Amino acid sequence: MSRLEMRDLVIDVPGRDDGRALSLTLAPGQVWGVLGPNGAGKTTLLHTLAGLRLPRRGELLLDGRPLTELGRRNVARALGLVFQDSQDGFPATVRETALIGRHPWLSPWQMEGGEDLRLAEAALERLDVAHLAERLVSTLSGGERQRLAIATVLTQGPTIWLADEPTNHLDLHHQTAVMALLAEQAAAGHAVMMCLHDLNLAARWCDHLLLLYPDGEACWGPRHMMLETRALERLYGQRLATAEIDGAPVFVPAR
Amino acid sequence: MAAADLSARTVSAARGLWLPLAVLALAGLVALGMSLSVGSASVAPEALWAVLRGEGDALSRTLILELRLPRSLSAFAVGGLLAVAGALMQVLLRNPLADPYVLGLSGGAAVGALAAMLAGLGGAVISGSAFAGAFLSTLLVFGLAHGTGSWTPARLLLTGVVIAAGWGAVITLMLALSPADRLPGMLYWLMGDLAYARAPWPPLALLAAVCLLLIPAGRSLNVLARGPLQAAALGVNVRPLEWGIYLAASALTAMAVTTAGSIGFVGLVVPHMLRLVLGNDQRLILPACALAGGTLLVVADTFARTMIAPEQLPVGVITALLGVPTFLYLLYRSR
Repeated sequence: MSRLEMRDLVIDVPGRDDGRALSLTLAPGQVWGVLGPNGAGKTTLLHTLAGLRLPRRGELLLDGRPLTELGRRNVARALGLVFQDSQDGFPATVRETALIGRHPWLSPWQMEGGEDLRLAEAALERLDVAHLAERLVSTLSGGERQRLAIATVLTQGPTIWLADEPTNHLDLHHQTAVMALLAEQAAAGHAVMMCLHDLNLAARWCDHLLLLYPDGEACWGPRHMMLETRALERLYGQRLATAEIDGAPVFVPAR
Repeated sequence: MAAADLSARTVSAARGLWLPLAVLALAGLVALGMSLSVGSASVAPEALWAVLRGEGDALSRTLILELRLPRSLSAFAVGGLLAVAGALMQVLLRNPLADPYVLGLSGGAAVGALAAMLAGLGGAVISGSAFAGAFLSTLLVFGLAHGTGSWTPARLLLTGVVIAAGWGAVITLMLALSPADRLPGMLYWLMGDLAYARAPWPPLALLAAVCLLLIPAGRSLNVLARGPLQAAALGVNVRPLEWGIYLAASALTAMAVTTAGSIGFVGLVVPHMLRLVLGNDQRLILPACALAGGTLLVVADTFARTMIAPEQLPVGVITALLGVPTFLYLLYRSR
């Protein structure tokens, strides 16, 4: 099981002061939620953690070794990223798309084998898109594409999941299904960090929260310490009304 | 789903790679055979076979082995080079409109080669200079069209078209300044003509080498076709791979241009047709492009030689007749 450690990490958001450096560890079994208003740097943070862009300063360690020394292939075996939106390149079927998740595990001379196909089929099944396997991705709805993106990372099989708004475009049932999948991953000893816009999903499914403010300030900790109505109101610049349902707090924007 | 079913599908996927390539290779052989027997003096199949076996009369031997065979093999090589270069650039840009001719690579290579010739240099310098021209063109187009975001089709095409027009003007200037007696031989840089192609082996060797080198990179290219970020997240070293594609596409284009001038649209038409039929697995598309591009240009050149015989058309005219409608169709559909 892998852990991802941030040491005095400052993400590079153009035209913004450093703010508070992040020093926290994404440990096996944890589910982290990243909250913040638009433009607070949530996506930039996830891309930085995945090694897709360099931090302004600070260190990023995967199992104690700097991410930059590991090589892309090794990083991709440990760390999977669900993108917020997928680019349409050439036409590809749903099955082909899920299969590219096996890329970091295959040598350059290898073709995808029966085992890879089995993993992809199982992931499609798990995300409820197996019936679309032969369809072209360009013909899918937004929610179906989102589930396919998650199925691709499931096929990849990383021990650290980074998910950028994994519930984007999903209906209520599939939102819950996806959150349950991520919770299941954490229960299996994987680490999960996801950006969310829905406070209530964060309150229900995450055990740790990281709050990113637009000016670069940040605070983090266990869920029960972070779900302060005043702090959340300051985060979004929005007054909130709260209630409690099934033992979890529920936040609704107040008028 | 049953495991047997899955492994059967994997086997059929592997077979799915070889069948289309075998069919295309056969088509290529037929086209080559046809191009050898058709012309000002036709050669019967039996006579052709005799010559290829090392027999036959002296006249047929000269006609086929010294006149038609080098030209046909050159056509095959150039078509393959251009189609593979086009397919590579389309992956790089995630855009089916990319083509070495449209984006000015061919123009850059032609200017490089012409400049070396005008300076009185020969041989390897001409090839090197053509490569430098093609590479400079690539850098200009990608550098200028990239900007900060991703490549938008409109911006990319405009940049490429303007740079191609610029190279065209430079070629015209060079032709205007060169001695009149050398003009007919030099015009083919503008039009694309195989009449002067006499050395098919260097381009054929390059084509084979690049196709072999691309086999292990195939799956990485498939992932890259889904965008650089997605590719990096799946373990692809994006920068080195992109530079590799730049260099390979430039080298392929430069070799094609030094052999036959700037022939347009092969790199556009061939990958497009193949993707419609064979899908988008680069491990299949790239070698298929080499075979189909070669076949297409052999057929086009045979037409160019025979349509208004004894006059000969430059083969670039034929490919443009095929390519312009394809290009317009793709542009129309991309909206």
